[in-house]
Amino acid sequence: MKRVFPILAILTAVLLTYGLYGALIAAPTEKTMGDVQRIFYYHVPSAWTAFTFFFLNLVASVVYLLRRNPKADALALAAAEVGVVFCTVVLVTGPIWARPVWGIWWTWDLRLTLTLVLWLIYVSYLVLRRFSSSGQTPVLAAVLAIFGALDVPLVYFSIWFFRTQHPQPVIGGGGSIDPRMLHVLLINWAAFSCFAILVCWSRYHLEVLSREVEETQALESLLESGSPR
Amino acid sequence: MSYLYAAYIATWAIHICYLAYLLRRYARLRAQIEELKRER
Repeated sequence: MKRVFPILAILTAVLLTYGLYGALIAAPTEKTMGDVQRIFYYHVPSAWTAFTFFFLNLVASVVYLLRRNPKADALALAAAEVGVVFCTVVLVTGPIWARPVWGIWWTWDLRLTLTLVLWLIYVSYLVLRRFSSSGQTPVLAAVLAIFGALDVPLVYFSIWFFRTQHPQPVIGGGGSIDPRMLHVLLINWAAFSCFAILVCWSRYHLEVLSREVEETQALESLLESGSPR
Repeated sequence: MSYLYAAYIATWAIHICYLAYLLRRYARLRAQIEELKRER
């Protein structure tokens, strides 16, 4: 990953710049909503990226429960943090888009409520990881992650099976989208995915390093307390 | 247009805040590693 990191960083910068240009300038203006619809190019890819990283958190948590591999636990933590950051973007950009289009910032619609619940579950996961000092914390967190991941398909399919205020999916749900809009959407999705991989890897590396430092500090203090004075 | 810019600015503000948090943690960790090296 160390060799790939600079290449991925450059690719991410290029994709983010091109994605921003596409979203603000190149993509055609939507007829009904006007320019505010361009929030779509950040809102939707952020949601997809959040779902991907919550799924990665689920996989890493299951691997940890099966093998007790500390690196899987560190990856689960990193993926959850990145997922929460992207889910926060979704919960912030959504109301900013809703206000001029629906006339309200928020409604207790099924998809919006389930997304908020999803965010709260993973914030609880991070709070548990941050403040619990029990040796069982990684196991408890992994179990919580499995329950949290159950909410992801509920959020995704809520607009398929229920009538909600939130619009129907434009891809795979019977809706249609201008090919130029789809192109910009996919570019932004690729850009945010690359960015999220970079951030997740950095967070994972930080977690592994800090655990090593903590272990060394504990060993040093043990040696100090055991040495003759 | 102001809603559009608000959404884009908010997105990058969230990402920059998280990156700043990571950088601060990296700096703290580096200081801890240096301290451990000095103690040895």
